[in-house]
Amino acid sequence: MTLLYGEVEEELRAAVRGLLADRCPPASVLKRVESDPYDPDLWKTLAGEIGVAGLLIPEQYGGAGATASEAGVVLEELGRGVAPVPFLTSAVLATRALVAAEAGELLAGLAEGRTTAALAVSFAASPYAPWRGSSVSVDGGTLSGGVSGVAGADVADVLVVPVGGELYEVEGASVEVVPSLDLTRPVANVTFTGASARLLGPCDLAEVLRHGAGLLASEQLGVAEWCLETTLAYVKERHQFARPVGSFQAIKHRLADLWLDVVRAKAAARAAVADADAVTVAVAQSWNAGVAVHAAEEALQLHGGIGMTWEHPVHLYLKRAKASEMAFGTPGDHREALASLADLPGPA
Amino acid sequence: MNEADIKDRVSAFLAANDPSDRPAFLRARYDAGLAWVAYPEGLGGLGAPRDLQQVVERELAHTPQLNTGVQGIGLGMAAPTILAFGTQEQKSRFLRPLWTGEEIWCQLFSEPGAGSDLATLGTRAVRDGDEWVVDGQKVWTSGAHHSRWGILVTRTDPDVPKHRGMTYFICDMHAPGVEVRPLRQITGEAEFNEVFLTGVRLSDDLRLGEVGEGWRVAQTTLMNERVAIGGAPVRRGGGMIGPVLDTWREHPELRTHDLHQRLLALWVETEVTRLSGARLREQLVAGQPGPEGSGMKLSFAKLNQALSGLDVELRRDLGYDDWTFRRSEDVDFYGRGAGYRYLRAKGNSIEGGTSEILRNIISERVLGLPSEPRIDKDVPWKDLPR
Ligand SMILES: Cc1cc2nc3c(=O)[nH]c(=O)nc-3n(C[C@H](O)[C@H](O)[C@H](O)COP(=O)(O)OP(=O)(O)OC[C@H]3O[C@@H](n4cnc5c(N)ncnc54)[C@H](O)[C@@H]3O)c2cc1C
Repeated sequence: MTLLYGEVEEELRAAVRGLLADRCPPASVLKRVESDPYDPDLWKTLAGEIGVAGLLIPEQYGGAGATASEAGVVLEELGRGVAPVPFLTSAVLATRALVAAEAGELLAGLAEGRTTAALAVSFAASPYAPWRGSSVSVDGGTLSGGVSGVAGADVADVLVVPVGGELYEVEGASVEVVPSLDLTRPVANVTFTGASARLLGPCDLAEVLRHGAGLLASEQLGVAEWCLETTLAYVKERHQFARPVGSFQAIKHRLADLWLDVVRAKAAARAAVADADAVTVAVAQSWNAGVAVHAAEEALQLHGGIGMTWEHPVHLYLKRAKASEMAFGTPGDHREALASLADLPGPA
Repeated sequence: MNEADIKDRVSAFLAANDPSDRPAFLRARYDAGLAWVAYPEGLGGLGAPRDLQQVVERELAHTPQLNTGVQGIGLGMAAPTILAFGTQEQKSRFLRPLWTGEEIWCQLFSEPGAGSDLATLGTRAVRDGDEWVVDGQKVWTSGAHHSRWGILVTRTDPDVPKHRGMTYFICDMHAPGVEVRPLRQITGEAEFNEVFLTGVRLSDDLRLGEVGEGWRVAQTTLMNERVAIGGAPVRRGGGMIGPVLDTWREHPELRTHDLHQRLLALWVETEVTRLSGARLREQLVAGQPGPEGSGMKLSFAKLNQALSGLDVELRRDLGYDDWTFRRSEDVDFYGRGAGYRYLRAKGNSIEGGTSEILRNIISERVLGLPSEPRIDKDVPWKDLPR
């Protein structure tokens, strides 16, 4: 197991970073968040030309058969850019469920970047509470009930729904986007009223969510890195009291501590993609989710008044960080899980 | 050289040497190049990749081991400095007994007036023919009481700014004029000492590096010190968290909800710190040393203090194992009782560069933040405000 990045990963990173710098700098993300946050053209290029959509799809279904290591690097870059594309929701979460269900036909479409899928699961569900937010039941060939807080559903061509231990493809669901804390990854309420459902295969939802949680740690790392780097650049240049504010020790020490948190978030993220056992994932989530939030909060504070404006992109990162702190389990949920996973039982 | 070659060498070595004679076995291990395999041939190594060291350690785990508690300064600080700056004669003379532990080393850097600001030190060395005469006082010198040699930084030119007028020596701790007095620590015992140097004569061949280059040589020592203090590999659940976990698991009656939350958070932080240590070592092996090194000691100190504090609280132990004022045998962060570990860990954020100084170093050298305005850089040492 290595915690370093390989050559292939660095190439992939460079491709994604270059594209994002060109096509979706934070200022243009900001411009579209209130009207139409998702950027379908950008996604088309990322999915099709760079080929990120098929990374986690086995070759037999037309994918690249890559590993979580490569997907993690893509997520770092997407986090860095708070890029409004459905990679995590379609190419990680829904893909994982479809691969397990051996839904070859649907996967072929995803791998080519022709279609995008969403898994009807709440973003606030976790490997330990996989059904949080879901009230779906199946009766004959139809579904009823609903799921709240589903990310990526509004831009998905294919909606797949876990019910019990099975995965269904559903048509005719109602998807209603609600105002969301994270402007760059809005969530929707999905409801089914006798929607027709096609059984695809088995689904271990807790496993799918654990996989998502492990990879989310990489996105959180990217968010934290952008916040740290942007803040460093700002405090080097911003002068008060005839000095750069970054020369004041109170600020330097805060940033040194933040850097150390981010260094450890990188190790945790790489461990979680290299060996996604339950302990490593819980460790990475309980650390990285908090580091991303802390980095965004420090970034805001150290930018002063400008950090509080709508115009400056730091709030996009704060909102992304805070919303993803709740995604796939809060840091507290993961620590609580470690009590049994790592044999650290609580009081009787 | 690969893993299989190294294993062959180790088995050939084991076939020819008897581990029951510890000193002879360790000398032979050094001569076979199996001491520190990344060092050059003839100096205890094979010029092999660093990561093969762990293969050797695994294969020789059942044979006599070094006493890292006593040899820490020699192995972690003196050796890399001698390797980088020593003459061929110095390397051949000093490295072998340093590694086998037949000669113990101490670090004569800090002075009463020069701690964090090491470069302000005032211990004078004055040339006298082929010798140098050293006068001054060092303090907090760990293990000076059993040391044969010390790494010593002195002032040789008071007329130039402080960073430029220093020279680095190997100090003969048995030379006339070297006096070592124990300093009692908060743990009761005396691990460190004051060292008085009065008219100590050191021959010029004990000088390490050029005259006036002492700061550069000392930087090598200090960089290695930080890695040595925070960078050792640990297994999951090893290090300071080990004894806490033992108590936690063996004594369910001591658990509370509050302690549980804090333990889980510290367990996670220990684990991510362990992982970044592993990542750092991988980077070193791959020849891409990252700045992460300077951060390891900072996290190590913080975690050791938090965990040992939690341990005392968890045990509700009002006792203490031993307050006797005696000279310590070695440096041990993880041994003895919880009270001792709690008190000893307080030193972790002071020794080898305080946590404040480490944050300065990270923010300036790693993050590129500007330094605070300084008044001491271009003034001759003798004119500095004191
Ligand atoms: C257990 C132990 C073992 C030791 N062993 C050795 C040894 O073997 N050999 C040896 O040479 N030394 C040894 N030391 C000494 C150690 O390196 C020094 O104590 C340390 O460098 C701090 O120096 P000082 O004690 O003079 O504190 P000071 O430098 O006076 O610091 C006092 C306080 O001010 C802070 N401070 C100082 N400068 C700044 C700044 N620029 N910005 C912000 N804060 C600042 C410090 O962080 C500290 O909190 C040992 C110390 C301990 C505790």
